[in-house]
Amino acid sequence: MVAERLTLAFSAGRTTCLLGRSGVGKTSLLRWLAGLLPGTQPIGRIAYMAQQDLLLPWLSVLDNVLLGYRLREDARALRGAEPRARKLLGDVGLGERLGDLPAALSGGMRQRAALARTLCENRPIVLMDEPFAHLDAVTRLELQDLSARLLVGRTAVLVTHDPLEALRVGHEVRVLSGPPLDAGPVLAPPGMPPRDPADPVLFALQAQLIAELRGSAPP
Amino acid sequence: MRPLITALGLVAAWEALVWATGVPLYILPPPSRVALVMIERFDLLIVHAAWTAAEMLLGLALGLLLGCAIAIVFVASAGWRRWALPLVIASQAIPVIAIAPLLVLWLGFGMASKVAMAALVIFFPVASTFYDGLRRTEAGWLDLACTMNATPRSVLLRIRLPAALPAFASGARVAAAIAPIGAVIGEWVGASAGLGYLMTQQLARGQTPLAFASLFLLCLLGLALYHVTDFATRRLVPWQLPQGD
Repeated sequence: MVAERLTLAFSAGRTTCLLGRSGVGKTSLLRWLAGLLPGTQPIGRIAYMAQQDLLLPWLSVLDNVLLGYRLREDARALRGAEPRARKLLGDVGLGERLGDLPAALSGGMRQRAALARTLCENRPIVLMDEPFAHLDAVTRLELQDLSARLLVGRTAVLVTHDPLEALRVGHEVRVLSGPPLDAGPVLAPPGMPPRDPADPVLFALQAQLIAELRGSAPP
Repeated sequence: MRPLITALGLVAAWEALVWATGVPLYILPPPSRVALVMIERFDLLIVHAAWTAAEMLLGLALGLLLGCAIAIVFVASAGWRRWALPLVIASQAIPVIAIAPLLVLWLGFGMASKVAMAALVIFFPVASTFYDGLRRTEAGWLDLACTMNATPRSVLLRIRLPAALPAFASGARVAAAIAPIGAVIGEWVGASAGLGYLMTQQLARGQTPLAFASLFLLCLLGLALYHVTDFATRRLVPWQLPQGD
């Protein structure tokens, strides 16, 4: 059991960042929302992005982005989605690498391809599990910008342990504590994502979030 | 280059040993004599070598097919696995040489019994490695497929199968290495052609140099089969090629 009597509401069309330390059950919560825990149903039509890029090593970048359409075996939808896949790959800066195998890409490029695959699913809800945790600092900032721009209009839930990431990408931020898993009040930083990491307001909020995370330390 | 030098050194030592000890020809012929016989009786040897090669190739093809089919059935259906797995294991508990006479009795002296024998020793390593590969699919890929509402069929065909190809490739390489065992045991027990048959015939008649020539060709055949399989299976999993290969 991840949590008892936990109710979470997510604002439609906006990105909610769930911030928590390791071990509070962030990933379990997201897997529960995605319907990946035994006996659960997904909360709706979702697209899921994990910490690993999960690109299939035998498929080209383009084919990886179209994976969902292949797996659903709907040839017409597959043909219809291809132009969007190409456009998304262009948006994430991989327009020249469509035919490459994932092994030929750097870690940042692979995660960008994974982002394109997630968005190509064209689902109203996007669930992201620490999607940039493995990347170096600069690549992480770039991908946060990219995600924030591309997630506009979708209901996204992003789980992270990085306060700055939550503040940069989330319309709303909630601190998770546990176990048992619980969520703190909604914090809505000023301005629109992606927020400038050099903004002093973010630093103040970051200090506040860190204090909150300290208080919610798992034993 | 190194294996070649090692081989030449061994051949030279063998030749020297035969000359120094004066071993009779029918016990241990010198390599020079074996080479001579190979040239003189090339027409005979090549016919039998082709026969054995055909047995090995057909046995390998049948064994690979059978091994893959068993692995896929076991992964797709737990019921079938529970019923058939003990049978598969039992088939390997009996030494193949013990069933060889039975197979010859049932399938005759011709090629069929040898192909069956080769397939019998080959299918098991293929089935077991491929089955393992099919089972150990990266959990994240399966989760992803689940969130994409993939059909069970496409998960098997588009994720589990390709993900298991590297495991299949290593199983196929083992299979190629042991394919000659099945074919030659069959020929020893009862045959009318093949290098194994030729060896038994010539040894019984004291024609040891010809038997050695058969053995040498058998070794070449085995090596060729292994390397062709190795080459082919590497092309099967191009994403696994080491960088800079």
